[in-house]
Amino acid sequence: MAAAVEIRGLHKSFGETRALDGLDLTVAEGEVHGFLGPNGSGKSTTIRILLGLLKADSGGVSVLGRDPWRDATDLHRSLAYVPGDVVLWPTLTGGETIDLLGRLRGGLDPARRADLLNRFELDPTVKGKAYSKGNRQKVALVSALAADVPLLILDEPTSGLDPLMERVFQEELVRVRQDGRTVLLSSHILSEVERACSSVSIVRAGRVVESGALTDLREVMDTRVVATLTDGTQEHASLPAAEVPAWVSALGPSVASLSVTPATLEDLFLARYGRSEVTPR
Amino acid sequence: MSTLALSTAARARSSAYAGTGQLLALAWRRDRVLIPASILGLTALSVGSAKATLELYPDLDSAQQGLGSVLLNPAVQALYGPVVATSIDGLAVFKTVMLGAVFTAILGFVVTRRHTRSEEEEGRLELLGAGVVGRRAPLTAALLLALLAVLGAGALSTLGLLGLGMEPVGSLAFGSAWLTAGVSAIGLTALAAQLAATARGCGGLVLGALGIDFLLRAVGDTATSPAGQALGWLTPLGWAGRTEPYGANRFFTLGLGVALAAGATAIAYRLLATRDLGSGILPSRRGLAEASRVLRSPAALVGRLTRGSVLGWLVGVAVVAAVVGSLLASVTEMAADPAVRAMLERVGGAAGSIEDIFVSTELRFIAGAVTAAGVALVLRLAGAERGGAAEVVLATPTRRSSWYAAHVGAGFTLTAVLLAVVGTLIGAVGHRVTPQAPTVAEGLGAALALVPGVWVVVGAAAALFGLGARYAAWSWGVLLVGFLLGEVGRTMGLPEWVISLSPFAHTSHLPGGRFDLTPTLLLLSVAAALVGFGLLAYQRRDAA
Ligand SMILES: Nc1ncnc2c1ncn2[C@@H]1O[C@H](COP(=O)(O)OP(=O)(O)O)[C@@H](O)[C@H]1O
Ligand SMILES: [Mg+2]
Repeated sequence: MAAAVEIRGLHKSFGETRALDGLDLTVAEGEVHGFLGPNGSGKSTTIRILLGLLKADSGGVSVLGRDPWRDATDLHRSLAYVPGDVVLWPTLTGGETIDLLGRLRGGLDPARRADLLNRFELDPTVKGKAYSKGNRQKVALVSALAADVPLLILDEPTSGLDPLMERVFQEELVRVRQDGRTVLLSSHILSEVERACSSVSIVRAGRVVESGALTDLREVMDTRVVATLTDGTQEHASLPAAEVPAWVSALGPSVASLSVTPATLEDLFLARYGRSEVTPR
Repeated sequence: MSTLALSTAARARSSAYAGTGQLLALAWRRDRVLIPASILGLTALSVGSAKATLELYPDLDSAQQGLGSVLLNPAVQALYGPVVATSIDGLAVFKTVMLGAVFTAILGFVVTRRHTRSEEEEGRLELLGAGVVGRRAPLTAALLLALLAVLGAGALSTLGLLGLGMEPVGSLAFGSAWLTAGVSAIGLTALAAQLAATARGCGGLVLGALGIDFLLRAVGDTATSPAGQALGWLTPLGWAGRTEPYGANRFFTLGLGVALAAGATAIAYRLLATRDLGSGILPSRRGLAEASRVLRSPAALVGRLTRGSVLGWLVGVAVVAAVVGSLLASVTEMAADPAVRAMLERVGGAAGSIEDIFVSTELRFIAGAVTAAGVALVLRLAGAERGGAAEVVLATPTRRSSWYAAHVGAGFTLTAVLLAVVGTLIGAVGHRVTPQAPTVAEGLGAALALVPGVWVVVGAAAALFGLGARYAAWSWGVLLVGFLLGEVGRTMGLPEWVISLSPFAHTSHLPGGRFDLTPTLLLLSVAAALVGFGLLAYQRRDAA
């Protein structure tokens, strides 16, 4: 499969701050790729370089086969972007903002727009200054999801959304995936990425420290098994998934019940980070 | 039983104010620069202006002669309110009674709003509300602090005027006039903060009321019929003007202001009890569900976002131009004083009739203000970059060059249009009051001759933004220095080569003088080069 996004050895500093320190990232066409890392790890900086808004210090970047710094305008015809902290124009209504951004992108599908407004329960007649953070986020989401483009770049798009609306967002992601579009979804919320993404990259201090399909990544982590025996005692173990059947049969017929928990993204994340650096929900 | 019920009610009331003291201390901490600086600024305005007048005119006779028919000009009364021409002290403050009253009202409004609706909108009151803060405490603290601010402005001005040796009762009346406007504005803001759900909405209500207030009293103060003059008794600024310090010394106007404020505040407390935190009484205004057809380009966006302020600038410069035009009737008298004439010539040039020189001088001052409008428009680029709006737009197929051009082009267009309006109106109004005034064509030409100098400063703003959003604010420094060197440099006695650093120094002195093509073309080239440099730099740097 061709790569929608290809980054090799990306470096970017802001004065003394080294934001990206040799970052590599590959997003295959048609996948929903989770870009996971705590605040300040370099997600937004990476995304802004992918959009041609920031200039890389060094490294190779290709988005849909183009160099985003040189071909930004052309590239932007094929993507939609939702920034992390959406700031709208205070005097424009949500509807006006959605239309303006859609037209700047070259038009948007009115039926899809109406459907999204409905599903996200967004009132388009409210002025930007009167929207809550969650509603501002919805404006950007509707505008991006209504765009007929092959690539969506979403930077922490659910910050401020309530759980109900987060579900709607998840459902929309499934739709986008079924359409065969590519999504790069940055997030510091593990459960969100776990639900929505087929593959993930974990970034730490400007570097990707783990990358791959979610199923493959799980495989390298141990599975937790708890067996309750007929006499009421419990046996615990952490071992590779493939070794679970052997472990159970070794216990023999005394097993009354069994609980098997595959490694979660959180386990993976904690293994790479250590608890203190994880941003809690 | 009844004692018990009473004490419960009393306790409920006192707990409604719980925490007022702490909130007041907190609010003061936030405003400890803003409020003293405003009070000092306002005092400098009243005392400085009075001192200058008293130094210029040793006695009442010379002052009446010097100011002459200016005092009878309806435009002056419309702007400054009733003039007490019967005492030298009255003449010393005639410009600052109304001006200061307006500023004091704005001070009261700003402080009150900051600690009521703005706090609530940003959710800070919610945090406070969860603690041991009574329902009435935030509004009460805001009212107390605002009252302190306007009281400070009035009292310090009174003390300053007394310090100049001016008449005591009149000096007290002067402070009372400012206080009248201040307390009224505080009361109205407290009310508006309950009605509107947003700080902007609250500001719209209060500033709108202030505008209507100013207009009513301007009509009232210039009217010749008793019914018309009665309009001046209807509103706070009217009352402030009719306090007439050093003349009638009407102190009861302060009573009117306090009564208005008390009434508005009482209603505000009532509304506060009935509404939810974060909500308003008035529904927040809705807008279009879909964008109009034209909103499809960066230029259309800039037009849409700035239409309110553009309209404000148009009305503002039109009013100023009309006043300047009408003043042409009394210019000859004013300039009979050689000192005044010399001052005019140093700014406006020595060529042509005294009317020409006066128009040239005024145009140059107005051009400075118009430049600020252009610079502010270009600096929206920096604001959008910091706020994140630029990022959203530039992630669409919009080119950086069109985003840049939309703002810079708007800045160039706005400044040229504003100056054209000013020149045309000065000519049109001036010609009605005196045949000596420049014609419409002369006025328009003179104003447009200043455009290239203005554009250099606007271009410098574009260039600074191109270098980086963080440098954009330096544009204000460029404007200030350019204006000081170019327009006031000669008055300050600066050497020619320093003055010539300012773009304004190279514009032609019209009407009356000669139009110089070479410096004009040079200024235009410099402006174009600055804009081009800014674009090249912008395209090469990080844009988010
Ligand atoms: N414009 C900027 N100027 C200076 N430092 C920046 C800028 N943008 C990001 N940084 C710094 O770069 C690092 C990475 O930030 P960012 O990419 O925003 O992280 P994330 O999106 O993962 O939270 C942080 O240390 C941040 O402070
Ligand atoms: Mg970020």
